[in-house]
Amino acid sequence: MDQARVAPHVVIVGGGGSGGAVAHDLVLRGLKVTLVERGELTSGTTGRHHGLLHSGARYAVKDRESAVECIEENRILRRIAPDSFELNDGLFVAITEEDEAYEPLFFESCLASEIPARRVSREEALRLEPNLNPALRCAVQVPDGTMDAMRMPLRFFATAKRNGATIRPFTEAVAMTIVQSPSGRCVTGVSVQDHSNGRHYEIGADLVVNATGPWGEKIARLAGVDVPVQPSPGILVAVRGRFCNMVINRLHQSGDGDIVVPQRELSVIGTSSWVTDDPDHLAVPADHVEMMFREGSLMIPAIRSAQTRATWSAARPLIGERGASTGRELSRTFKCFDHAEGEGVEGFVTISGGKATTLRAMAEATANVVCKKLGVDSPCRTREYPLLPHTAYYA
Amino acid sequence: MSAAIDSHRDTHATEGTGRPTRFRVFRYKQGDRAPHFDEFSVEVAEETTVLDALISIRNRQDPTLILRHSCYHASCGTCGLRVNDQEVMACVTKVADLKSAVVKVEPIANQTLVADLVTDMVDFYARFNAIGRSLIQNSDWLPEAGRPPGVETYRRFENCIECGLCLSACPIVASDPRYLGPAALAAAWRAIEEPRGLDPEAVLQLTDDAQGSWRCHAAFECSEACPANVDPAGKIMLVRRRLAADHLRSIFGGRHS
Repeated sequence: MDQARVAPHVVIVGGGGSGGAVAHDLVLRGLKVTLVERGELTSGTTGRHHGLLHSGARYAVKDRESAVECIEENRILRRIAPDSFELNDGLFVAITEEDEAYEPLFFESCLASEIPARRVSREEALRLEPNLNPALRCAVQVPDGTMDAMRMPLRFFATAKRNGATIRPFTEAVAMTIVQSPSGRCVTGVSVQDHSNGRHYEIGADLVVNATGPWGEKIARLAGVDVPVQPSPGILVAVRGRFCNMVINRLHQSGDGDIVVPQRELSVIGTSSWVTDDPDHLAVPADHVEMMFREGSLMIPAIRSAQTRATWSAARPLIGERGASTGRELSRTFKCFDHAEGEGVEGFVTISGGKATTLRAMAEATANVVCKKLGVDSPCRTREYPLLPHTAYYA
Repeated sequence: MSAAIDSHRDTHATEGTGRPTRFRVFRYKQGDRAPHFDEFSVEVAEETTVLDALISIRNRQDPTLILRHSCYHASCGTCGLRVNDQEVMACVTKVADLKSAVVKVEPIANQTLVADLVTDMVDFYARFNAIGRSLIQNSDWLPEAGRPPGVETYRRFENCIECGLCLSACPIVASDPRYLGPAALAAAWRAIEEPRGLDPEAVLQLTDDAQGSWRCHAAFECSEACPANVDPAGKIMLVRRRLAADHLRSIFGGRHS
């Protein structure tokens, strides 16, 4: 970057994992960064997610691209954010004859995606995890892990803040400043309301990043553009007691209620999938909760009689056509939209899709687009840059 | 809402149940002369939590209401509040279980207020960070379970979710802000019990102070309020016992072990 120039100012809307990771990436590249979030950090989808550090195995058969991305990012996160994960590995368990028939394809697909997978016999699986359904047929070990859904992303905010980013929670983006020029429209700032003091003000920006996940469409509308982001909620059920040490997945094509993530003194069962238009009001359907107990107890029978700690829904930000009925067929790979292309709105970029495991990669891709647009020539440094502990955010 | 879900009963519904509950919510914005309470009515279902109700108020009645929340299962520690004068995690407190016609909601006590229901966690972490305890603990929760290759030892997150409810409930913190407080002292015990690279003697020294473990009056309000089975008061007693034993040893044994 030309040192004589004043660093361009990027305003990020959205204080979830991707917003935090984009802020971290951009300040490391020498940009001036302000992030606004209407509520507390990680109060949208990020904090509510399952807390799974993906090995990629869940996508190995159907979505090789996602699988490869997951295992790469899994390795990077273990390196840059040590002590954010339980590092308990995962076990995919085949319960039915059909599951067992699926095992060779699953195992080979893991290896083909460079996910270190190990075949585990029925006897060994039961020795490793005595609470598993004794009817299981075989299992595969992969490097899944348990993450703290809030504290891991918070490390990106902590590090970004220490490196000079301005992080403003409880500050809601209410309008975009749009300048009409002969070449088209350009976003030049964000009007916000600070809910801690009621103050309204405008933040000028050389570029605005929309990192609001399932709220992406609502925020894009402020800039007069459309993004095909579909909020797709899923149910999660936390029961009291740790019934497993490892993350337990059903070895089959991904379906409902097929994963149990142990965390602290809880076991979290997930998930299901439907689509909605309003990410603010997510239902917790009784039949989906029941399905989590039914499917979860197929892997770990003790779940059937476990005491419920909490039931909630989290909305995935899926990219794709509207009108899909279940959300499962939409791509899980993230996308970065430069709204200058196609819609002719300059200075406005949307990042959406993806998952917590790939937040750093999403941020890298977004920061590459942002830097290119702003004429900043500075390489991404986040692959090797160790993150501060989450506690540093409150220093 | 999509047609696909209309037929499924929402157990956390905040409208359309015909069962309204009144909420008296603490309000304060920086620059206000004094805080006040606002009243809202929210319909609830059998599983609707205080957090669901507050989010519904924010989304449907007053978009300026702010509160902290993240994980929805009492694992992140952000939504600790005082509800009907009790310290609770809003996300696992069902409105129906409160059995009260009017639910009073206030921010946690003994911490700096930002606005509305939001408190600044900087004070909490100033105490907590002094101890330096790791988030990760080593533990074999299932003693009968084996370990797969590649997993040298099972590690898991500490039970403490850093919510600050214990500080809010502690009568000593209320009168003496210099007191290290229950969360940090419980973290100190965990660091002594399982040092993970820390020097347990240095941690013990931090607690061996008039503002440390000796300040506690054993009211056990903190353990009552703790949503994560940390039992801070019990841990403070363990720290004291260890300090007392060390003092005796230094008098009679001549040397620390």
